[in-house]
Amino acid sequence: MELTPSQTVGPFFAHALTWPDGPFVVPEDEPDGFWLRGVVYDGAGEVVPDALVETWQASPDGRFDHPDDPRGAVSGSGGFRGFGRAPTDAAGRWAVWTVRPGRVPAADGRLQAPHLDLSVFARGLLDRVVTRVYFPNEASNVDDPVLASIPERARGTLVASPAADGYRFDIRLQGDNETVFFSV
Amino acid sequence: MTDPVLRGYRRDPGGTHPPLLSPGYGSTVLRAPHREPFVLAHSLTEITGPALGEGRVLPTDADLTKQHDGEPLGERIIVHGRVLDSDGRAVPDTLVELWQANSAGRYSHERDQHPAPLDPNFTGVGRCLTDSLGRYRFVTLKPGAYPWRNHENAWRAQHIHFSLFGRAFVQRLVTQMYFPGDPLFYQDPIFNAVPEAARHRMISAFDLSATVPEWALAYEFDIVLRGRDQTPVES
Repeated sequence: MELTPSQTVGPFFAHALTWPDGPFVVPEDEPDGFWLRGVVYDGAGEVVPDALVETWQASPDGRFDHPDDPRGAVSGSGGFRGFGRAPTDAAGRWAVWTVRPGRVPAADGRLQAPHLDLSVFARGLLDRVVTRVYFPNEASNVDDPVLASIPERARGTLVASPAADGYRFDIRLQGDNETVFFSV
Repeated sequence: MTDPVLRGYRRDPGGTHPPLLSPGYGSTVLRAPHREPFVLAHSLTEITGPALGEGRVLPTDADLTKQHDGEPLGERIIVHGRVLDSDGRAVPDTLVELWQANSAGRYSHERDQHPAPLDPNFTGVGRCLTDSLGRYRFVTLKPGAYPWRNHENAWRAQHIHFSLFGRAFVQRLVTQMYFPGDPLFYQDPIFNAVPEAARHRMISAFDLSATVPEWALAYEFDIVLRGRDQTPVES
């Protein structure tokens, strides 16, 4: 069957797609929780105040809250959802409350470095764009097959930076320091 | 190690989705990435995805005409269909989110300042889970057309926004459903950004069989997400 084409979320989605618990990948009282925050910028360097950011990740032991994880899904008891959703505010800022994921296998069976998959939807984006968030000071980054496939000068756009209450990951949709995006 | 029976998902064939840079739609010009995306091989992160179940949905969420004290004004319609993958398999128990303008063409969103009336009885937001056969059904109002500032005398064709998760991160889709025979199609650059041969897949079909006599007309809109690859992820 023929696939349904993608269309933009448009400017008027926040009242529909914002969930009160959307930013909480893990429960608010998770002791290892931290904020992953960032700003979305356009090609003129202006902030994007009408974007939606979604994240998806494994638990700290590298499991997914999903029946297709053949190693056994995360049990729901800890409140681990793995999914985060946050619209940007007037200053282009988004944030999700999460934990560092464990390592999960790549397509070739090698272990990947801890990462999140991240989608950006916005007015002016006719399809979502997809990137990955890696963590700084993570020894396994050097062995990660996805990072290794990216030219070194652009690889840094995929690595968050340390912040007072967690990590910062800005997204530049277009321009000189454009974020690396993936076709999935 | 991954289980050898684990399968990835097929890539979108060319000619499916609109190019991110579609200058007729002015907002794409500063937002579309300039560089080609890198191809990401599917790992467990991509072939799993959020399974958002019943906790996300209230019984009233599928009837947008019953979310307030009174009935909203406008033409009541039923919108139904199936969520399928490209092999024709149903996608069961998956969250479908929908949002739209009211019958006057205005969204219940603070940034929509178009001079058309808000309806206190219509928020224009719906959710449901597909059933075991991938079916969904909403009761809502036919959304009005509305002007926007993309080009001289620009109007959006009447549409309803849909958000789908499917079963995997790679199946995530946000799209818009249109109505058959809309005279505004020819001048709507968002609709026309999709390759011509694929545009009809976004247009619902009038469905007399799902109509409720003396109550509401019906439109059918099937949504097709990517299917599974035939070869395992791990070689």
